[in-house]
Amino acid sequence: MSKSSQKQFWNNAQYRALFFQILLVAMLVGFFWFIGRNTLANLENRGISTGFGFLSLKAGFGILQSLIPFDESYSFGRTFWVGLLNTLLVSGLGIIFATIIGFTAGVARLSNNWLISKLAGVYVEMFRNIPLLLQIFFWYFAVLRTLPAPKQSWVAGDVAFLNIRGLYLPQPLFGDNFCFVGWALALAIVVTLLIRRWAKKRQDDTGKQFKMFRVGFVLIVGLPLLVFFAIGAPLTWDIPKLQGFNFRGGMTIIPELTALLVALSVYTGTFIAEVVRSGILSVNSGQTEAASALGLHKAKVLKLIVIPQAMRVIIPQLTSQYLNLVKNSSLATAIGYPDLVAVFAGTTLNQTGQAIEIIAMTMSVYLVISLTISGIMNWYNKKIMLVER
Amino acid sequence: MAVLVTSPSPSLPPPANSVGVVGWLRQNLFSSALNSIFTLAGLYLLYSLIPPAINWALFQADWVGTTKEACTSDGACWVFVGVRIKQFLFGFYPASEYWRVVTAFSLIGVLVAWLLIDRTPKKGLVGGFTILCYPIIAYYLFYGGAFGLPVVETYKWGGLMLTLILATTGMFFSFPIGIILALGRRSSMPIAKSISVVFIEFWRGVPLITVLFMSSVMLPMFIPENMQIDKLLRAMIGIIFFQSAYMAEVVRGGLQAIPRGQLEAAEALGLSYWKSMVFIILPQALKLVIPGIVNTFIALFKDTTLVLIIGLFDLLAVVQAAFADPKWLGFSVEGYVFVASVYWVSCFSMSRYSQHLEKKLHTGHAR
Repeated sequence: MSKSSQKQFWNNAQYRALFFQILLVAMLVGFFWFIGRNTLANLENRGISTGFGFLSLKAGFGILQSLIPFDESYSFGRTFWVGLLNTLLVSGLGIIFATIIGFTAGVARLSNNWLISKLAGVYVEMFRNIPLLLQIFFWYFAVLRTLPAPKQSWVAGDVAFLNIRGLYLPQPLFGDNFCFVGWALALAIVVTLLIRRWAKKRQDDTGKQFKMFRVGFVLIVGLPLLVFFAIGAPLTWDIPKLQGFNFRGGMTIIPELTALLVALSVYTGTFIAEVVRSGILSVNSGQTEAASALGLHKAKVLKLIVIPQAMRVIIPQLTSQYLNLVKNSSLATAIGYPDLVAVFAGTTLNQTGQAIEIIAMTMSVYLVISLTISGIMNWYNKKIMLVER
Repeated sequence: MAVLVTSPSPSLPPPANSVGVVGWLRQNLFSSALNSIFTLAGLYLLYSLIPPAINWALFQADWVGTTKEACTSDGACWVFVGVRIKQFLFGFYPASEYWRVVTAFSLIGVLVAWLLIDRTPKKGLVGGFTILCYPIIAYYLFYGGAFGLPVVETYKWGGLMLTLILATTGMFFSFPIGIILALGRRSSMPIAKSISVVFIEFWRGVPLITVLFMSSVMLPMFIPENMQIDKLLRAMIGIIFFQSAYMAEVVRGGLQAIPRGQLEAAEALGLSYWKSMVFIILPQALKLVIPGIVNTFIALFKDTTLVLIIGLFDLLAVVQAAFADPKWLGFSVEGYVFVASVYWVSCFSMSRYSQHLEKKLHTGHAR
């Protein structure tokens, strides 16, 4: 390279980077200016006013399932919260069931029982490779839509009924003093945590072990029960009854929720099973052998050696599966479960025509959930990262 | 009398219950009481599921006929699928033009097979043809409008054909965008880096449905009023953006796995940034992430079913629409089983292929 060309400023990496980035910013600004101008022109032509004023208008439509009071007289803003709560409900329940299914299948796949491990493998390979939407449709249209009419309901012990309109369960009605039971439970949990801290410290200092599980169990289950009966068992059940063509009273689980929940848990469960399996396999077999050599029995090896190390691999991937589940719960809109996308980005959008505001609000909800959880995950990852030499 | 043993006595055979079939059974199925219970429960599960399912799908099923009346037995009515198979494969594409779709897919099948099989010659030439010429050929074959091929509007596209078109176009365009984004995210230029990060995290943070809603509702507002964007194209744009963000993260994984020394060596040789990326880093990084790329493709292939929600007729949507035919009510299980098996066979074979690649490509680069 000759000396003169080195002095040319366009050969200077810093200038080039600066120039390139200015170009990039200019292009981006130009792009946003272009779509912004078009959007404003289009909105004006179609006579759509912008802004969030529509949120306080009267909605005028009903929603199939709502965790907070809602009817036609509430506002569009309220539909957002109804949808959001329904999304959170199905996601929360889905996460619980998917975790149970996934951990069971993941552990079963590593079982030394040949048949069980093969069965778990078949479950994982089968449901992982079929699109989730198809599974939702299958449970909803092919299974739940073929259930009998209310009069021919499937009955479990005269208190629970299953028919095409949903699953009817007895609803607990809490008496006046029931809050004391809740307080007792909270107290029991706090006391258990304190005892656990003390027990761990004592074990670290003296090596004496403490039967933590039994004490904790007795406290957390026993204390609330004791309080419950001491204040005169203030709990009654509202049992659903067939009146005319439908059931009244009790608690209804709509078939849309059931179908979505089953499909989401079964589908996500396969991915969690793989995560759990890879996590357990990632623990070096030398660790287990060393633990056995120290004289720990099988359960202790799992509890003290394998699980803590496997968790380091499992937790980050598990969280990303949970996030997927939350995002996939938006498929609810395909079968009409009133989640955020179906209610807010569906019905409310159609009624008001405020596409930009509504899509932006819907997307930000998912973005906030995702970014918060990945933020927590990054912090957790840093905390548990192996400190290497 | 002394007995002198000069040779060691022959070793005894292992106990009869630890070898052979019995031994295998004891070890793998009945090693403890709990395991025996699990085994019996598993056997009962298999017994109660498999024979009825096989009976329903094969032995008691109806295979031939043209109307619902042909389905007389208790089992599955595959006549339903048979009668509508053309619609399931091609949507509303005119029957006289089916050959165009078949040609286009056969061609890409041959090209991809050529690139994937080890021993074929002239991979560079074929690869260049696939990337540069094939998209144009495919466009004219599917859409027409030149070379004497009549135009087939995109609303007539549907079925498996549309599913494959969406998945392959999504993949084709998201790959280069994903590479650029991944390089951007690892770049030392702060603005390029932050733009990439924001882009990737935004698209990865939202569900595909909202992306599709956005592209079908908001996109028409972003462009001048006299311009029209086809519904299919809008969905494709959404899918491409969404997919490029995922692709970028896969590629970034590969870039991170390449030791720093490689880039430093390239710089020491005097290669510019782009030259060292194109000739040194990317070939190694992309080779590492081929299994990851196949996995994102599988995810995309399954996700294309979501276009049903914005009113495009992919495989699932066509089958779902067929259930509403009053002449064929009540065959939804057959339809779902058909779609599920199409997806299952494709996804399962692709995931097996990606596992095979993972083993084959494991050359010890990954840290």
